[in-house]
Amino acid sequence: MNDDRPDGLSVRDVRVSFDGFTAVDGVSLEVPAGDIRFLIGPNGAGKTTVVDAITGLVRATGSVCFGDQELLGRPVHRISRLGVGRTFQTSTIFEELSVLQNLDIAAGARRGWASLARRRRGIPDDVAAALETIGLTGRADQLAGTLAHGQKQWLEIGMLLVQDARLLLLDEPVAGMSHEERDATGALLETVSRDRTVVVIEHDMDFLRRFARSVTVLHAGRVLSEGTVAQVQADPRVQEVYLGHPVETGSVPSGLEA
Amino acid sequence: MTAVTPAPPSAAGAPAPTDAAPPNRPGGRSRLPAAAGFACGAALLFAVAPLALSDFRLALLAKYLCVAMVAVGIGIAWGRGGLLTLGQGVFFGLGGYAMAMHLKLADAGPGGMPDFMQLYGQLDELPVWWRPFASPWFALPATVLLPMAVAFGLGSLVFRRRVRGAYFAILSQALAAAMVILLIGQQGTTGGTNGLTDIQGFFGYDLDDPVNQRMVYFIIAGVLLALLALARQLVHSRYGELLVAVRDSEERVRFLGYDPASVKLVAYVVAAGMAGLAGALFVPAVGIISPALIGIVPSIEFVIGVAVGGRATLLGPVLGAVAVAWARTALSERFPGTWTYLQGLLFVVVVAFLPGGLASLWALARRRGAERAEVSTS
Ligand SMILES: Nc1ncnc2c1ncn2[C@@H]1O[C@H](COP(=O)(O)OP(=O)(O)O)[C@@H](O)[C@H]1O
Ligand SMILES: [Mg+2]
Repeated sequence: MNDDRPDGLSVRDVRVSFDGFTAVDGVSLEVPAGDIRFLIGPNGAGKTTVVDAITGLVRATGSVCFGDQELLGRPVHRISRLGVGRTFQTSTIFEELSVLQNLDIAAGARRGWASLARRRRGIPDDVAAALETIGLTGRADQLAGTLAHGQKQWLEIGMLLVQDARLLLLDEPVAGMSHEERDATGALLETVSRDRTVVVIEHDMDFLRRFARSVTVLHAGRVLSEGTVAQVQADPRVQEVYLGHPVETGSVPSGLEA
Repeated sequence: MTAVTPAPPSAAGAPAPTDAAPPNRPGGRSRLPAAAGFACGAALLFAVAPLALSDFRLALLAKYLCVAMVAVGIGIAWGRGGLLTLGQGVFFGLGGYAMAMHLKLADAGPGGMPDFMQLYGQLDELPVWWRPFASPWFALPATVLLPMAVAFGLGSLVFRRRVRGAYFAILSQALAAAMVILLIGQQGTTGGTNGLTDIQGFFGYDLDDPVNQRMVYFIIAGVLLALLALARQLVHSRYGELLVAVRDSEERVRFLGYDPASVKLVAYVVAAGMAGLAGALFVPAVGIISPALIGIVPSIEFVIGVAVGGRATLLGPVLGAVAVAWARTALSERFPGTWTYLQGLLFVVVVAFLPGGLASLWALARRRGAERAEVSTS
C-alpha cells in the first residue's frame, strides 16, 4: 500500500484457443501506469478472454507482464496477490454476506492466517476508506444480495480497492446501469485511476467518450485499432466493424445478401 | 482518500434491508444470548439429564451426543463450506479404533494380546502397528490426529484437483466403503466384522460400573460443549465468513487472492478431528467399535441428522443428530426393519421441503413473532 507507484500492463502476442478455435489471436497491448484504457469490440471479439488470460483463468501463450512480473503460467490466486484485480460481466459479490463482510474478505488475502482465526472487530481503516469511496458507508451492514444493481458493481470495485489491486480489469461495469449510476461510476474510475491502472471492457459509446483516456478495439481476436477516442472513432476499419460489415475478405458483405 | 460519492440510486431500486438475520449470517448477534444459551445447554446436559434419566437412558444419550459431535463437524464442512461429506464414518472409525485398540491392550495387561487375536489363533505376537497404541500418550492424540492427517491427505489431493459437489460426496463415501472392506479383510488383526468388542476398562475404571458410565457421560457432554464453543468461534471468525464465501462463489474467492483449496481443507480437517474425537468417546460409552458402525450407512445417517436439524446453524446439527438417533432407537425397537425407509423418507422430505432444516422453522417462527409484535404495537 505504501508503494504508490502504479505499474503498467504489457500484453505481448497473447493467444488463446478453445479446442482448435482461436478466440484471441496474437493480441498485444501496452497500458501505461495510471491509464484508463477502454477495450471495445463487437460481441465475441475476445475482450473477456483477454482479461481471462491476464488473470490466469484460461491458458494462454505469449507474455503478460504487470510491472516486471510475468503473469502467464501462474495460478489465479497468485496473480491476484501481485496486485491484479478483476470483475466479471455478471455480479459475483457474496450475496449471503453483508457489504462489510464482502469488503473485509477482499482485504483478507494479504492479512495472513492469524487474523483469519479471529473475529472482525469494528471496521478496519482500509475497509472504511473503500466504503467511503464507493458511497456505501451507510449500507455497510446490509446484505450484499439486497443491494441495487449499481451498488453491487460499486461493491465489486470497492473489493478490488481493499484487495489493494493496482491493476483493475473491469468487465462491462456499467451494463444495466441508469444514467446517474453511470456518471457516478465514471467519477469513481477517475478517482481510483489516480494511483492505479484501469482497463475497462465496455460497449457503451457515450460512456467511453466521456471517461476513456485511451482505447483499444478488438475484432475477431485481434487488435483492430488503438489510440485516443478521437483517433479510434476516425478509423475507417472501426467504423466498418461497428456498422456491421464483416471485414474478413471473401465473406459476403451483409448488405448484398438480400 | 477523497470521497467520490456516487449518486444514490433511486429509492425504488434499493430494497429495504431485511431485519431478520438470515441463517448464513454470522456475527451481528450479541454475545449475551449465546452465553445464556450455552449455560442452558450445560444445565440441561449436566443437571437435568442425569437427574431425569435412568442409567440406561443416560448411556443412550451419551451415544447420541457422540453422534452430535460428528454433526458439529459436518455442520462446519457441509453447512458452512458446502462440502457434502458422506464419509465421516471413516474419521469416526479411525478415532474409535485408535481408542479401542488402546483399551483392548490395557485390558489385556502389559505384554498381553487382545482376546480376539488369541481366539483366531494365527498370531504369536502383537502386530507391529498395534504396539504404539499400548501407550495412552500415543493413542489419545492419535484418536484426533490420525483422522485429521487422513483428511489432510485426501483433501489436499481432492480440493486442488477441484473435485466438488456430488463427485466429492461420492468420493468421500467410497472411502468409507474402502475402510470397511479393509477392516473386514484383516480379521486377524482388526477383529473383522465383529470389530473390537467387550471393552472392560477405561483408564483404570471399570466400565460395567454405572458410576463410571456416568463419568463417561459427563466427559462426553463436556467435550460436546467444548466443540460447540470451538465451532462457534470458527463460524464467527473471519475464516468462517471466508468459508461461506468459498461455498457460494469459489471462483470469486480465488480472484481475491485466496486459495479456496486451503480454505476447504481446514474445514474438512476440523470436521475429521471432531468425528475422530466422537469415535474415541463412543467406545467407552458403548463398549464396541465395528465396521457396521462406521460404514456407508452410518456415514449417511450422520448427514441426515445434520440436514434435519439445519446444516447452516450452530445448534441445528446437534439437535437434529440427537433427534434422529433417538427416533432410530425408538422406532426400530417397535417397528424393526422400517426405520431405514422412514429415515430415507425423512431425508427426502427435508431436502425437498425444508432445505434449511428444522432450524429454518425456528427462524420463521421468530420472524412471524416479530411481525406480529410490530403489528400489535403500531
Ligand atoms: N470457455 C470457452 N470455451 C469455448 N469458447 C469460448 C470460451 N470462452 C469464450 N469463447 C469464445 O471465444 C470468443 C470470444 O469470447 P469473449 O472473449 O467472451 O468475447 P467478448 O467478451 O469480446 O464478447 C467467442 O467466440 C466465444 O464463443
Ligand atoms: Mg465479454
